[in-house]
Amino acid sequence: MKKQLFITFLKIGGFTLGGGAAMVPMMQREIVDRNHWLTKEEFLDIYAVSQATPGIFAVDMASHIGYKCGGLKASICAALGVVTPSIVIILAIAIIFSQFQDNPWVEAFFKSVRPAVVALLAVPIFSMARSARITWTNCWIPVLSTVLIWLCGVSPAWIILVAGVGGYVYGRCIGRKDKNTDSQ
Amino acid sequence: MIFLRLFYVFSYIGLFNFGGGYAMLSFIQQEVVQKNGWMTEAEFTDIVAISQSTPGPIGINCATYVGYTAVMNDAFVTDGILAELGLGWIWGIIGSLLATISVLWLPFIVMIMVSRFLLRHHDSTTQKSIFAALRPAIIGLLASAALSLMNTSNFGSWSDNPTQFVVSIAIFAAVFVGMMKRRLNIIYTTLACGLLGIVLYGIIGL
Repeated sequence: MKKQLFITFLKIGGFTLGGGAAMVPMMQREIVDRNHWLTKEEFLDIYAVSQATPGIFAVDMASHIGYKCGGLKASICAALGVVTPSIVIILAIAIIFSQFQDNPWVEAFFKSVRPAVVALLAVPIFSMARSARITWTNCWIPVLSTVLIWLCGVSPAWIILVAGVGGYVYGRCIGRKDKNTDSQ
Repeated sequence: MIFLRLFYVFSYIGLFNFGGGYAMLSFIQQEVVQKNGWMTEAEFTDIVAISQSTPGPIGINCATYVGYTAVMNDAFVTDGILAELGLGWIWGIIGSLLATISVLWLPFIVMIMVSRFLLRHHDSTTQKSIFAALRPAIIGLLASAALSLMNTSNFGSWSDNPTQFVVSIAIFAAVFVGMMKRRLNIIYTTLACGLLGIVLYGIIGL
């Protein structure tokens, strides 16, 4: 199990370009579709949690999944897996090829990888939307948070905080009322 | 002592960074270039460029590289006996490992405590109603990340280089449709796009 976690996260760390949200498509593929460590819903939940807690998203994700699957040691294995490729590659560049970014071949490679990375990131928006149970009554939530972050420059951490508190208040006040009317 | 300072500064960055990779870069810059003067602005810009174009989380790439450079620039290493033997990079490796571990350990402890709590209260209705509101918001987060990446540095611009712009749009559309319909392999797709770039921009010279 620990080995499986380490190797999967090694793959995620070693083959995703762009960092942050650009790692989501690969994570979803490996964690939800292939290994079934999380359902799509749980994946979204942990995405929210790792946005609201300090630290690096991919490492937060790895630590949680490791912990869920096999406790503290497994969690350390998963977290080390996701950072190991970074450390090895960056050290190799720092020690051996410090002129890396001026290479015209590297530049040509990235010129056409960048639009592909954006496309990869656009896919989970649609494939995840169903798991988020977006309906006519709550579709304003993703639209509003997109506008606030993208156009108004609001930090995602605030969106998570407000949405979390909103969900809590809704569950306490209105959700309970709904349940009572259902049972009657 | 550079190693103690590295540990302190990167632990601080790790604990107080909430904004993801790009926010972390400016946080690191503030601490490393402005406050501590471990490297020049130009050195840091190079590090950012490399962190963005290598695999893995950008924050980790940056911390690893900054740890290496900061230690290599320090008098402790440049005047030391290992440097005279041409082995100064050994200190550099220690610096990069130290910076990376320092940036990770506090958020890791926080995340484990949060995970424990979440798994223990998995069935509580309060937790369920909180996540019911969070999930749609996360879709918004992903959408805004994708939208903000649709910029001229990723796609080129129509006025500067129409060919590159058209090629970028075509690649975007092809990968998007391919992923939605056929679930292509992500690694192979990325590599294929890169090779296409080498052929188009490197060999043919568009």
